[in-house]
Amino acid sequence: MPVLTLIEFNGTEHRVNADIGQSVMQAANFANVPGLQADCGGACSCATCHAFIDDAWLARVPAAEETESDMLDYACGRAENSRLTCQLIVSDALDGLVLRLPESQY
Amino acid sequence: MSLASIVIVGAGQAGYQVAASLRQEGHTGRIVLIGDEPGLPYQRPPLSKAYLLGKIADTALLFRPADFFATQNIELIHDQATAIDRINRRVLLASGEALSYDHLVLATGAHNRPLAVPGAQLEGVFGIKTKLHADTLAPLVHAARDVVVVGAGFIGLEFAAVAAALGANVHVLELGDRPMARAVSREMSEVFRKAHEGWGVHFDFRQGLASIESDNGKVCAVITSDGRRLPADLVVFGIGVIANVQIASEAGLHIENGIKVDAHLLTSDPQISALGDVACFPCLHNDQQPIRLESVQNAVDQARCIAARLMGKPAAYEALPWFWTDQGALKLQIAGLSTGYDSSVIVGSPETSQLSVLCFRNDQLIAVESCNRPGDHMAARKILARAPQLTAAQAAAPGFELKAWEVANRP
Repeated sequence: MPVLTLIEFNGTEHRVNADIGQSVMQAANFANVPGLQADCGGACSCATCHAFIDDAWLARVPAAEETESDMLDYACGRAENSRLTCQLIVSDALDGLVLRLPESQY
Repeated sequence: MSLASIVIVGAGQAGYQVAASLRQEGHTGRIVLIGDEPGLPYQRPPLSKAYLLGKIADTALLFRPADFFATQNIELIHDQATAIDRINRRVLLASGEALSYDHLVLATGAHNRPLAVPGAQLEGVFGIKTKLHADTLAPLVHAARDVVVVGAGFIGLEFAAVAAALGANVHVLELGDRPMARAVSREMSEVFRKAHEGWGVHFDFRQGLASIESDNGKVCAVITSDGRRLPADLVVFGIGVIANVQIASEAGLHIENGIKVDAHLLTSDPQISALGDVACFPCLHNDQQPIRLESVQNAVDQARCIAARLMGKPAAYEALPWFWTDQGALKLQIAGLSTGYDSSVIVGSPETSQLSVLCFRNDQLIAVESCNRPGDHMAARKILARAPQLTAAQAAAPGFELKAWEVANRP
C-alpha cells in the first residue's frame, strides 16, 4: 500500500496509507488530514484541494491537464508545483510522495 | 446557550457537513446524525455520471470512512425521524427512540417528483436519487438498447450522456422548449442540445409522457403525449424534486417552498436550523428574494454557516451560488443565478463548445455559465462575489477575457 506524506502549513506531518486508484485528496481526507476542503468532492470544480508537490517528486508526477491547470489559476498562491489532489491518482509509482498544503484553500 | 446535544436530521451532504464542521470548529458536545439510508454518508453527484459508468468505486462516494465517525464522536444513527416535539425538544424516531436536543438541524433534503402516469411503477422505470437506485440501474443501462429519459434537466441529461456513451438509443422527452431551461440561458441550452444530438441523443421538446407500456411486467415502450409509441427497455425520469418538509410542517414550522429560514438559516423556531435542498432562504444573489437551491455548494456553505453560528460566530449566509454538471465531454460550471437575465454576451466559441455566457439584468452581471472554460468560471466566482462593475458593453468589446478583467479590477 503506497504511503504519502502530507505536511500542513504549520509543519505538522501526516503519513497516510493510500489505496491504489484512490485520489490523493480522498486518501488524505479519509485519514482526516486537515487542510484539503474538496468542496466539490473530486469533480475538479472547486480548486479547494490544492497542494504543492515536493521538488524531489515533481518529475515523477504527471503534469496537470488543461482543466485542472485553469482551475489552479485561482488557487491561493499557485506555484509551478501546484496540483489539485483530486486529480492525482495513487499508484505504486507515487509511494513515498511528499506534498505540502497551502495556508488556505480560499 | 448551552449546546450539550445537537441533533441533525438527514445524513446527506448538508447533514454530514454540519456534523463535520461542528467538530472542526471545536464543538465538544454530543452530535447525533440521523440518516434513513443504509451505510455511511455519501456524495450524490457521481450517481448519475461517473459512478454509473463504473469510473469510480463505491468507496470513492463516501465523504469519510467509518472510523472518522467513531474518532470524531459523531453518532450516526440509521433510523427515520417521524416527529419533532418542540416543547420538550425531542426528535422521535421510527424505532420508538426519542432524542433530546439543545439545537436541532433539519437537513431532510428532497425526494424525486414521481412520474404520475400509468405504468410508472413498472420494472425498468427509475428516478436517480440514492446509491441503491444507481446500483440497480447500472447493470441495466449497460445492457439497454432503447432508453427514454423524461425531463431534460441536469440529472436527465447527465444520464442521457452516460446511456448514449454506452451505446443505447436515447430519446429525451421534455415539456419545455429547450434543455436545462430552469437553470441556464437559452444560448447555453443550444450548445448542449447540439452536443447531445452529436452523441446520438434524440430530443422531443414540448412533449410529455402519457403512459408506459409493459411486456410481462417489464417496461417495453412509452406513449408520448401526442400519441406516439417509442420502444424502451429502460425509462429514467428526472422531473424535479419535492422538499421533505413533512416533520417540519407537522411540528408547525413556517413552510413556504420548503422550510422557511432567515438570513442566519434559522427556522421560525430559534432552536431549529434548516439547510440544503429543503431550506428556502433569503438569497443575497437573488435580489434578497427567497429561494431553495439543490446543490452541493449550497449544502456545504450553509452547513459551515450554521456550524459557525452554533459555535458563537454568527454571520448572515451570503455565499455565491455555484453549480456544475458533467455531460459527456462537456463540463458546465455556473456561477450566480441567471433567473430574469435580460441580455447576454458570449465569450469564446459556441462552435467548439468552449464558451462562457455572461448574463446581465439591468446591465448588472448576475451569472456566468462556462462550458469547458474553467478559468472563466473561477474568475466569475471572484467577480460575482463582490458587486460586479462589469457592463455588457465592456464584455462585448473585442478581445475581452474574464480572467484578465478580474485581475485588472481587483479591489
